[in-house]
Amino acid sequence: MVQEVIVVAGGLSHEREVSLESGQRVSQELTHAGFQVTRADIEPSLIELISSRSGVVVFPMLHGGAGEDGAVREVLELLDVPYVGSTANACRASFDKALAIPQVERAGLPVPSRVILPHDMFRDLGASTLMTLIENRLGLPVFVKPSTSGSSLGATRVDRIEDLPAAMVNAYSYGQVAVVEEFINGIEVAVPVFDLGHGPVAFPPVEIHPTSGVYDFEARYTAGATTYLCPANVDHQTMEATMAAAVRAHTALGLRDFSRADIIIRDGVPVFIESSVAPGMTETSVVPLSLETQGESLSHMLAELVTLAAARHP
Amino acid sequence: MTVPDKRVSTRLDPFVDAYAERTEGLKVSAVRALFAVANRPEVVSLAGGMPNISDLPLKALGSAIGGLIESRGPQIMNYGSGQGEEKLREQICEVMALEGIEASPDNIVISCGSQQGLDLVTRILVNPGDVILVESPTYVGALGTFSSYQGKVIHVDTDDQGIIPSGVVAATEMVRSSGRTVKFLYTIPNFNNPSGVLMSVERRRELIAVAQELDIILVEDNPYGLLTFDLPPQPALRSMDADHVIYLGSFSKTFAPGFRVGWVLAPPGVLKKLVLAQESATLCPPVFSQFAISEYLSTCDWKGQIEQFRSMYKQRRDALLRGLEDHMPPGTSWTHPEGGFFVWLTLPEGFDSDQLSARATSHRVAYVPGTGFYADGLGSRNMRLSFCFPTPERIYEGTRRLGEAIAEEAELRATFGFVNPCGSPSGLPAPGES
Repeated sequence: MVQEVIVVAGGLSHEREVSLESGQRVSQELTHAGFQVTRADIEPSLIELISSRSGVVVFPMLHGGAGEDGAVREVLELLDVPYVGSTANACRASFDKALAIPQVERAGLPVPSRVILPHDMFRDLGASTLMTLIENRLGLPVFVKPSTSGSSLGATRVDRIEDLPAAMVNAYSYGQVAVVEEFINGIEVAVPVFDLGHGPVAFPPVEIHPTSGVYDFEARYTAGATTYLCPANVDHQTMEATMAAAVRAHTALGLRDFSRADIIIRDGVPVFIESSVAPGMTETSVVPLSLETQGESLSHMLAELVTLAAARHP
Repeated sequence: MTVPDKRVSTRLDPFVDAYAERTEGLKVSAVRALFAVANRPEVVSLAGGMPNISDLPLKALGSAIGGLIESRGPQIMNYGSGQGEEKLREQICEVMALEGIEASPDNIVISCGSQQGLDLVTRILVNPGDVILVESPTYVGALGTFSSYQGKVIHVDTDDQGIIPSGVVAATEMVRSSGRTVKFLYTIPNFNNPSGVLMSVERRRELIAVAQELDIILVEDNPYGLLTFDLPPQPALRSMDADHVIYLGSFSKTFAPGFRVGWVLAPPGVLKKLVLAQESATLCPPVFSQFAISEYLSTCDWKGQIEQFRSMYKQRRDALLRGLEDHMPPGTSWTHPEGGFFVWLTLPEGFDSDQLSARATSHRVAYVPGTGFYADGLGSRNMRLSFCFPTPERIYEGTRRLGEAIAEEAELRATFGFVNPCGSPSGLPAPGES
């Protein structure tokens, strides 16, 4: 009997369009692998759809918001339906950078120095005073981003203190809490991690060189706007350390099945930036590129994840 | 895991170096990506310009088109004339007569919507680097077309009467003194997209006089001219001068956009070039659509349908204006269009409509940020609000949500010193603002 899969993509987050593209790619790959695939969005009929299909596996490909903060997965657990990817609890911890970064730091990985504050603090205590304190602590440049958002939305590099207020406003446009990090100058890489039931394994790091100099939304999703090197152009020891760091972050955050760690290699040392529990699978995403370089087909890897999820609910 | 020795260097598109320079503007953006959310039913979309055509006489239309297929199927589903079907061109002359245009069907070429008409006009007139004068702000789709032919756009100031003729003179002299050529002036005189401004009749006469004096072509884009609310249709620029005006017409707003039928009315020499360009681009405009529209014009009460559209859009316009009055903070201003689809809103000083769009999306309301309607980066305090598609109740609710988003944004921006917490006076007035 052919395994049925419901790929859920879209949703109401700011990354809806990217999610739809990822969902389309995953659906195609799973169809190619021989599964019977239905695409679905976040809407009232979703629960009825899932409930009506006995033995179905759900593949959430939702980016941002409810897709990565654990909310949708909480519903899937409520429905007692098998799904691909990390649990609701793990998603909650990893999607919010305010929670995830300290957790990874406790596991012994280097992370950027940072200040994490809600908008209220700036309003109540005075923005100017707080920004001065932040500058004193972190120096410049810094990187400002929302605590809960992906695809570089709301993220800004700040080189001059006078540009910090605009960057803060930009970050708070996407969420109530902002993270101000020291700017890590180094080699930017993304590292896929897959766990097909034998423990998490890192795939070749993809080195990222945006033509504009900033890996922002445009650089991520415009074909040709970024040059990718895979495997990253680093020595063997650094390569191993980087891949080990990605696995360690995956484990520290309690993630399941697959993730993507964003890392900056500074002087040969991998510094953890963030992990994604629903990494992009679009035509310009790095996970498929890394798998391809390793000689693995995306189709096969996704199929393995579905089979694994189905086996979790015998 | 053993990492492969061979390193791949890729930009993920093997043809990335093959694209023409004119594709440089074709990029994704975070703001554009937010529009994907606007299509969700939970979101009140004041963003799109999609006509509301649910009240079209679909049954009668179905019978008419079905009859066409039965009686003339082999003809209407075959290739046709590059200039377009003669009967439809005759009927278009009747449509244009409502705005005072006297024209011959021989001077019309049918296009795939007026958007393709504009593309053809730009294709035959504009060399890379040539200057095109436009209103401030102007239609985003026109800017895309001009960019794809590597034309250089210069915005001319507008006020509540439309484009300012002295600005046209100054811009033209400036361009010519630098050795460049103004190829044409592009204008949407009726309920401009995005500003909603209606060019006054007096201003039209002045603009025609300036065009004659400077010997520049006016490209008059008129999709909304028949969708007036309390006024009769205004005389088209083309009705005042047949020699300097290339007129773009469309059935997309007065009938239905899915047929993709528009037209260009042009002086004879230009027309010949346009027909050749059309043949080069498409061989012929869609024949089936042309016959369908011709049948609609022959058998249905199309004038009555336009009356119905006017009434329906007026209700929606009223709901939007009422909602803005009720929900916008001090320092916000907006236009009061007497027709068309759009209101142009200016936020208080210190706001940025690009940045606000993420927050607005979180509040389940969408609009188009103003920067898209400028080629020069202006418009950051502006937004286009469309009242054509949602029901009046949803439009009003959309303004409530927008008001909430702006209030939150105001608090945030006040925290970081961008706006006064109590709001501040608006800056430079936008065209036709209250």
